[in-house]
Amino acid sequence: MSDLLDISILIDYQDVYWKGFFITLKASVFALILSFILGVIIAVFRISTVKSLRWFGTAYVEYIRNIPLLILVFVFYNGLPSIGVNLDSFMAGGLGLGIYTSAFIAEAIRAGIQSVPKGHVEAARSSGLTYLQTMRFVVLPQAIKIVLPPLGNQFINLVKNSSIFGVIAGGDLMYQADIINSETFQTVSVYLFVALFYLLLTIPLSLFVNYLERRLARAY
Amino acid sequence: MKSWKKAMSVLVISSMATFALVGCGSSDSGTKDGGSGSKTEAAGTLDAIKKRDKLIAGVRYDANLFGLKNPGTGNVEGFDIDIAKAVAKDILGDESKIELKEVTSKTRIPMLDKGDIDMIVATMTINEERKKQVNFSDVYFKAGQSLLVKKGSAIKSIDDLKKGTKVVAVKGSTSAKNIKEKAPETEVLEFENYAEAFTALKSGKGDTLTTDNAILMGMAAQDADYVLTGGEFTDEPYGIAVKKDDKAMTDAVNAALKKLKDNGEYNKIYKKWFKEDPK
Repeated sequence: MSDLLDISILIDYQDVYWKGFFITLKASVFALILSFILGVIIAVFRISTVKSLRWFGTAYVEYIRNIPLLILVFVFYNGLPSIGVNLDSFMAGGLGLGIYTSAFIAEAIRAGIQSVPKGHVEAARSSGLTYLQTMRFVVLPQAIKIVLPPLGNQFINLVKNSSIFGVIAGGDLMYQADIINSETFQTVSVYLFVALFYLLLTIPLSLFVNYLERRLARAY
Repeated sequence: MKSWKKAMSVLVISSMATFALVGCGSSDSGTKDGGSGSKTEAAGTLDAIKKRDKLIAGVRYDANLFGLKNPGTGNVEGFDIDIAKAVAKDILGDESKIELKEVTSKTRIPMLDKGDIDMIVATMTINEERKKQVNFSDVYFKAGQSLLVKKGSAIKSIDDLKKGTKVVAVKGSTSAKNIKEKAPETEVLEFENYAEAFTALKSGKGDTLTTDNAILMGMAAQDADYVLTGGEFTDEPYGIAVKKDDKAMTDAVNAALKKLKDNGEYNKIYKKWFKEDPK
């Protein structure tokens, strides 16, 4: 028990922890934005009436979500140089993480849109609304409520998955924890403290998603 | 608003619990001197080995010449492996009574502490900080830190490591620490193991890779585009690590090493891997 948590690690290495924290934050924000944009585009492809787009969307989702994130990131980091593209660890990790998460986000959004009963669309269309108006005023407001919880899950997963940066010398929280551990050998303390820093990111994110859910429940 | 409050109280309670744990940790931290949870009964490794009739050694799977998994046969081979087998032979009378487990610089001490392995034979440098965590045997290999670069690189010695130079190293290794002290201007990129570090060097993520010359020699042997440069700039005596304060096990390993050196077996193993006589 006495050595389970040694607060002096947190005090001595706080600069290192914070350095990792901000890189994790930066990486998460970058990957989050990328994954959301890609996810929306792929979701649109998936429900598109154009066959080739649908086909592309399906292939994208099935390939990306069915391979380990680690491999995706390794390919971006170590594989691309062989075709002349040398990304640094932030770009390689950010792209890998963003693309990986986008497959899950695309599925969540697609499921949300498709869960809106067909009758609503037909009713809107026969009332004279255009396709875009139908989407804007009928489908999306209903879909977003269904999409939000799984989307929040994906974003929280994304923050935690950013620990993948640790294996490509990305300088994030996980990487710094490994370095601190190698200097102190206080394995349990080092990683429990790093967990606190992750909570600092994920708990507010969770609360924010919960808040949004309640707001939207009220709105309609 | 109600669930908001609930969430907040959960947060507060869990952080209080965390601080309670922290409190326990710090209350007696004044009395200990850097040792980790190794004050528990440390002795008994030797008895355990004899009882199970098998020695479990933590070795590298990724260091050519020292401990490398042969992809063809699936066997792990190298200098460290032969030394570990010789120790097993001395303690149990048969060199096949050994089980090898893969360790990295990062995992080896925790695995030893937990009792997953009986000893570490994994290119491990003896130093003061580690002596607080483990017991070391006598030196069984004398290495020195050096640099590996692509042929034709501008880096000729450690003096060429300037601001902006990217140095590839392995997490938790002495060499990563050394290079930060000797060339503090450089950016050090640390990877999980030697294979990943070498891959990163090859894909152009760094300008040079630093670790012990013995391991670099193994890499240069794998890929002729890479050469050692600048000679050795540290002394890295390798030792076999056993559990802290386990004197019986330390003595047994030392006795085995001494016997190896006396009967010439050590020289044979050395020559088998490094093609030269021990320095």
